[in-house]
Amino acid sequence: MHVEEKLTAETFPEQPEKATLEGKNKFIGFWVFLGGETVLFATLFATFLALRDSTAGGASTQELFDIKLVFVATMLLLTSSLTSVYAIYHMKNFQFGKMQFWFGVTVLLGLAFLILEIYEFNHYMHEFEFKLTSSALGSAFYTLVGTHGAHVAFGLLWITTLMIRNAKRGLNLYNAPKYYVASLYWHFIDVVWVFIFTVVYLMGMVG
Amino acid sequence: MKKLKWRLLLLLSVMTLVLSGCGEPFISTLIPAGEVADEQFSLMMLSTAIMVIVVAVVTIIFIYVLMKFRRKGSDKIPVQVEGSHKLEIIWTVIPILLLIVLAVPVVASTFNLADTDPMKKALADDKNGGKDPLVVNVRASLYWWEFEYPGYGVITSQDLVLPTDEKVYFNLKASDVKHSFWIPPVGGKIDTNTDNENQFWLKIDSKRAKEAENIFYGKCAELCGPSHALMDFKVKAVSRDEFNSWINKMKNFKAETVAQTASAKQGEQVFKDKGCIGCHAVSPADNRPEQARTAPNLANFADRERVAGILEHNEENIKNWLKDPEKYKPGNTMTGTYGKLTEEELQALTDYLQSLSVEK
Amino acid sequence: MSTLARKKGFWPTVWDYLTTVDHKKIAILYLIAGGLFFVIGGIEALLMRIQLAIPENDFVSAGTFNELMTMHGTTMIFLAATPLLFAYMNAVVPLQIGARDVAFPFLNSLGFWLFFFGGVFLNLSWFLGGAPDAGWTAYASVALNSPGHGVDFYILGLQISGLGTLISGINFLVTIINMRAPGMTYMRMPLFTWTTFVASGLILFAFPPLTVGIALLMFDRLFGGNFFNPALGGNTIIYEHIFWIFGHPEVYILVLPAFGIFSEIIPTFARKRLFGYTSMVFATVLIGFLGFMVWAHHMFTTGLGPIANAIFAVATMTIGVPTGIKVFNWLFTMWGGSIRFTTPMLYAVGFIPSFVMGGVTGVMLAAAPADYQYHDTYFVVAHFHYVIVGGVVFAILAAAHYWWPKMFGKMLNETLGKITFVLFFIGFHLTFFIQHFLGLMGMPRRVFTFLSGQGFDTGNLISTIGAVLMGIAVVVLLINVVVTSVKGEKVGADPWEDGRSLEWAVASPPPEYNFKQTPLVRGLDPLWIEKMEGKKGLTPAEPLSDIHMPNSSILPFIISIGLFIAAFGLMYHNDYSWGVPVAIIGFIITFGTMFLRSIIDDHGYHIHKEDLLKDDNGGVQA
Repeated sequence: MHVEEKLTAETFPEQPEKATLEGKNKFIGFWVFLGGETVLFATLFATFLALRDSTAGGASTQELFDIKLVFVATMLLLTSSLTSVYAIYHMKNFQFGKMQFWFGVTVLLGLAFLILEIYEFNHYMHEFEFKLTSSALGSAFYTLVGTHGAHVAFGLLWITTLMIRNAKRGLNLYNAPKYYVASLYWHFIDVVWVFIFTVVYLMGMVG
Repeated sequence: MKKLKWRLLLLLSVMTLVLSGCGEPFISTLIPAGEVADEQFSLMMLSTAIMVIVVAVVTIIFIYVLMKFRRKGSDKIPVQVEGSHKLEIIWTVIPILLLIVLAVPVVASTFNLADTDPMKKALADDKNGGKDPLVVNVRASLYWWEFEYPGYGVITSQDLVLPTDEKVYFNLKASDVKHSFWIPPVGGKIDTNTDNENQFWLKIDSKRAKEAENIFYGKCAELCGPSHALMDFKVKAVSRDEFNSWINKMKNFKAETVAQTASAKQGEQVFKDKGCIGCHAVSPADNRPEQARTAPNLANFADRERVAGILEHNEENIKNWLKDPEKYKPGNTMTGTYGKLTEEELQALTDYLQSLSVEK
Repeated sequence: MSTLARKKGFWPTVWDYLTTVDHKKIAILYLIAGGLFFVIGGIEALLMRIQLAIPENDFVSAGTFNELMTMHGTTMIFLAATPLLFAYMNAVVPLQIGARDVAFPFLNSLGFWLFFFGGVFLNLSWFLGGAPDAGWTAYASVALNSPGHGVDFYILGLQISGLGTLISGINFLVTIINMRAPGMTYMRMPLFTWTTFVASGLILFAFPPLTVGIALLMFDRLFGGNFFNPALGGNTIIYEHIFWIFGHPEVYILVLPAFGIFSEIIPTFARKRLFGYTSMVFATVLIGFLGFMVWAHHMFTTGLGPIANAIFAVATMTIGVPTGIKVFNWLFTMWGGSIRFTTPMLYAVGFIPSFVMGGVTGVMLAAAPADYQYHDTYFVVAHFHYVIVGGVVFAILAAAHYWWPKMFGKMLNETLGKITFVLFFIGFHLTFFIQHFLGLMGMPRRVFTFLSGQGFDTGNLISTIGAVLMGIAVVVLLINVVVTSVKGEKVGADPWEDGRSLEWAVASPPPEYNFKQTPLVRGLDPLWIEKMEGKKGLTPAEPLSDIHMPNSSILPFIISIGLFIAAFGLMYHNDYSWGVPVAIIGFIITFGTMFLRSIIDDHGYHIHKEDLLKDDNGGVQA
């Protein structure tokens, strides 16, 4: 199949993301890239685990974390992952409008998560004087969670760009793989967060 | 099998002979002078012997192939052989066997050399903590070494005095950047980290120490800054009796009374006025915390092998060093901390330093 | 080359290379840039050897020596060896698998420019206040203690070029997974493609830890972080682990493609198929896997304890087994063959004993208690130069002679090539063999000088003489390149006459679309199979039709410049008020360009069937 082909719901392939060679390359390439990202986060996790008790007299994880805030953030991100699944479901059925809608919901949920995270960081810095510079724990915490936050921000910009760019021209085999890998990326971010929630927050609160 | 063993032994002894011709007895790992170095040397020889066999086999096949199968103008197409299971199994299994031969003593030795339980037990028992067995705390700083004998409350630097024929245990750390503590003929190195203390032990053999005239060279073996190459120390190997006598002299050393001549007394004053004493203690009993001990302890300075760890110990070199330490150890922390010294002050300071001795 | 009428001239050519996404041109860019850095790194090495020729020399100062030593290591590993191997991977791998290009031509170009600007950034340190001086390992405590901006250049430069390497690695992985011609199964792939594949996998998993490690250093140095500050709970041992989790696989990232190169050259000039192909593939994958399991053998003296040391010692020894398999397979490829001693073959032949030397000292180093003696001495310096020079650099030089006709359409002069080899081979052994003994005799590495009277004098002098010979060899090679490009004769598709893999089936240099018709691969060594059946070309897998090609683009160049600018901003943000704005401008350039790339559709273009028919000096002649 060719990228520039005009398609209808009938001619649209079952796996639009892999229908062209370019699409298939993107698909495999992105999975490979996520492999690298996994190692990146694994390294950050290992660093955090090694330094989680290095408070240098400052605030400890037990004092800092508040389960309510983090739980809400987790729910927001988990839900956004689900809505992006809906979006891809509609993409496969060639329902462009519904796909855009669900990606829109995904972006809004992601944005809400990001705002909560910024609030959280701000809270730690001002209420607890807990900063990147205050202890090794501070450095490790902000680097790990901040790297994840940066990924979320990048994902939001990415999906938004895709939605605006393609708003008028609908779905084709050129942009279907792009949407697909963006949603893969979003799932990845979500999975990383599940680990952060467990390793950083839950284990941090238990001590 | 027996034949192989004999051949291996022969190879080992030939190699030992050849290699021990290498280097100087006070610094070469090939002329071991202690139990740890011996163990490491025998592992080195064993691994070398195995490896020489490997290299020999490869070389023989290699030369044969190159001689036999060169193209001689013909357009003949050789048979396209896919492989040979038998051969491939052979050169998988034999290396595995050779590696097992090496791995067993390696693992055993790794655990043996890391065994510092006697020290831990002794230190837990406060009464003789650090005396029997002897414990030395080593602290490495940009570009000098501090040696503390916690059992005796004695601190010295640059020259490490060790009794022979007994295990000495070490606690090691660094105060600024990572260094590594290494006395090649006595034993392998261990890093001095900024985050934790490392432990190991060494044992010097008195007979072989004599061949090195009872002085070994110690080195820093981890890049630490411009003068990394010059971060040397010396090890004096003495008998237990001599050691006891030395450590007692150190314990009873009174820095206040050493300056006898007028010039030395003037030097003592300079030492105080210029602020030298702020960093350099002149008494082996230094109760300040280690963060405050930012320069080598000079208590037995006049007895030391070298000035600043590297220059031959004489009056001229002391003066040279005091005039411009940067020239001899770039990046050291002493440069520029005491202004300029007049010729007179220099002479006085040198006389004072030369009076700091426990042996006189 | 009649398919696209190109303007000739200097600036159009420069523009062509700045914007190219063609893997063959990117290969040439890698070759030029990598070659340039190789020469710079070599000069740094020579300066160090001059300093160490005699005891207590004052040719360079202690500080300068540490800068030279750091930059030599960093340059050779990241900016010379890796890119030079990338040059051959780019030039050859798509051809070997019967592809028209790599999977992501745009990213290929981006990978190159990121590497290049990272390298330029790092080397600018020489002119902007001093180069990094904490060793190529940049261990945390000494790196944090280093004054000035040298180490910042290292951190930011490597971050940029590392990103480029990672991108290239992903690109090769996808290319090899997805772009193989019909019939090119995994177990028919040439060994160079296989080793590229495994090395790219290693890049994928090894470079992210490096990125993290130096990012943590960057936080500590530039933004007040405390990862490695013991006073605030930091721990420098973490850095050692992270660095070597990257650093050890990096060795295999370099040496596996080198193995691949020799696995191409030896069968070609022995006129015999690779002995034990399957076990070669198996050994490659196994070495790649074990490469991740052994990092702590670089830290035997760190004080990890006997359990960790014993485990890592035994794990390290096991790598000797697959490596040994490879050596014997090479020997038995030549056994019964018909060996022709061309320049590339001379390197291959010289490589075997040299590399075996490096391999066996590797096993010796794995014996942890003995390593307490070897560690951080000249013994280690000798060991890794035997591996990296005797393995990787020999491979790079061999490949230069072997694939030069394929890349440029002209043969390098064989006489000059053989002179280069002899000088380099002798110089290499002269330089490094004696260093084993210097190390055993008690000489630590990374020392800017040594005092006389310790027995190190003669050995160091010999070593320096050897280094000079290697320097002369490289000069002869450069002369050879110039002579060849001026007077060399044009050659056909298979200049060595015994080519076995697909790259020798297309014109030299290949047309931009590589294969007019995608070939059908019928077994290992597809070209050899066709030759033995008396055919002139390959069997095509498709009818002649239009070929889809990617568009050139300047965007990768601009994205890389953006990061280059941002790096200056980040580095100087504590010193000057313009730091932060400059960093922001740099990032805006980079992300803005990425945004442009995202919203502007790029469908490429087609080369039409009619033009292909006119173009009769390339592609498959079925």
